[in-house]
Amino acid sequence: MAYPADYRYTKEHEWIKVDGNIGTIGITDYAQNSLGDIVFVDLPKVGDTVEAAKSFGSVESVKAVSDLFAPVSGKVTAINEELKDAPEKINADANTTWLLKVELADAKQVDGLLTAADYEKFTSEETGH
Amino acid sequence: MTETMAPLRKTALNAVHRAAKSKMVDFGGWDMPVDCCGLIAEHMAVRTAVGVFDVSHMGDIQLRGPGSLAAVQHLCMNDASKLAVGQAHYSAMLYPNGTFVDDVVVHKLSDNDYLIVINAGTREKDVQWVRRTIGHMPGVHVNDFSDYYTQLAIQGPRAAETLQKLTPTDLSTIKNYWFTWGQVCGLYNVMIARTGYTGEDGFEIYIPSDEPTSARVWGEVLEAGAEFGILACGLGARNTLRLEAGMALYGHEISDTINVFEAGLGRYAKLDKPEFVGRAALLEVQAAGGPGRKLVGLEMIERGIGRDGYTVFSIDGKRLGEITSGSPSPFLKKNVAMAYVPGEYTALDTEVAVEIRGQMVKAKVVPLPFYKRAKKSA
Repeated sequence: MAYPADYRYTKEHEWIKVDGNIGTIGITDYAQNSLGDIVFVDLPKVGDTVEAAKSFGSVESVKAVSDLFAPVSGKVTAINEELKDAPEKINADANTTWLLKVELADAKQVDGLLTAADYEKFTSEETGH
Repeated sequence: MTETMAPLRKTALNAVHRAAKSKMVDFGGWDMPVDCCGLIAEHMAVRTAVGVFDVSHMGDIQLRGPGSLAAVQHLCMNDASKLAVGQAHYSAMLYPNGTFVDDVVVHKLSDNDYLIVINAGTREKDVQWVRRTIGHMPGVHVNDFSDYYTQLAIQGPRAAETLQKLTPTDLSTIKNYWFTWGQVCGLYNVMIARTGYTGEDGFEIYIPSDEPTSARVWGEVLEAGAEFGILACGLGARNTLRLEAGMALYGHEISDTINVFEAGLGRYAKLDKPEFVGRAALLEVQAAGGPGRKLVGLEMIERGIGRDGYTVFSIDGKRLGEITSGSPSPFLKKNVAMAYVPGEYTALDTEVAVEIRGQMVKAKVVPLPFYKRAKKSA
């Protein structure tokens, strides 16, 4: 599985790509693969705030529901409306299918997140391979 | 993960599943494939073409001897005296209070020989229950043959065409819930049953459980079905298929706290049989005017997926019961569930609310099964 080097990652399997003071958030390829066919994504509304390490929504596959955790704190500036009708896009390409964008409350929070290499190591330990 | 538990049991095809990179889960103590190549694709393959499942974790108890019919009749609620040789039926073993030890399929192998196929998660309990309940009866010998067979379920509208390529036995002569013995993949005397747990036409075959034979037959089935688009299927699709078909799963719709009438399985309990374990309790339930709660089908009206264990409320906020199985339905493209609710909430189109992570989401009562395959015109 590929994890873009310019993203940062959480142990709950979200990624964030930072551009200026805007962070774009999605779930990792590892997460989509573990979940299986994704059928439902529950996201906050534009204008809501999310808090680092707290749940901001959920993603559901046919067989399971999984909470989404915010990599950073911030105000939601956009959500990916496409996912309402086509949540399976996450399965097709988790790295580019974003969930939401936030205006970072504290850019330094990003430094505390996993790098691609750290995350890959973390997932390989989690699966025991 | 939980390293302290007993090691997971494996079917003879475990290495094959792992080599195919199927996602594996602990299912009732078994290391089983849950997702082979995508649950929805697998589900749709079975509804529209063909899929193959490794169901070797299921158990097989043989009752043999001149007293075997009497033993089956005492042990199981359906009337096995109605079975012809080569015929099978759905039945259940009950506790004296009318709740479920397990649901089973009883096969009549010969006049003095019955095979009871039981669930994986309840194998040890079932075998003990059988020995305790009928072990003392004259003329019956109980054998646990669970580990002797690799059981493959080949399911879907193209299942017959797929399996026909691997056997000289004319499969069109085997009716639904009948079985025969024939040559399959060069193996002699393989039990071929027209049974399954998907709501589709299909077969279950019972082959020797050694790894090379199991792997070879699995491979040959996949090859035979390739022209029809066969997929290897996991327990995930097995669950959504049986849910659409309104079939019970032990520990969900049926258990040791749910009786036959509540589960809507009264038609399989032959109360006109003179005696079977649980009969007296069922007669009492019947005399009392039937069960207080019943299993219903629910379809979500509002956005949300009701899942196993979620609480069902009336629209005015009264707690009614719980969802036993709930999932998106890949074929119907609706979110469906089965749940126990009091009798006064079982009428079709009754609106209820399912609590989904703190939110009340509306659903309505719909007929079971959710999906019924079109009958072939004979």
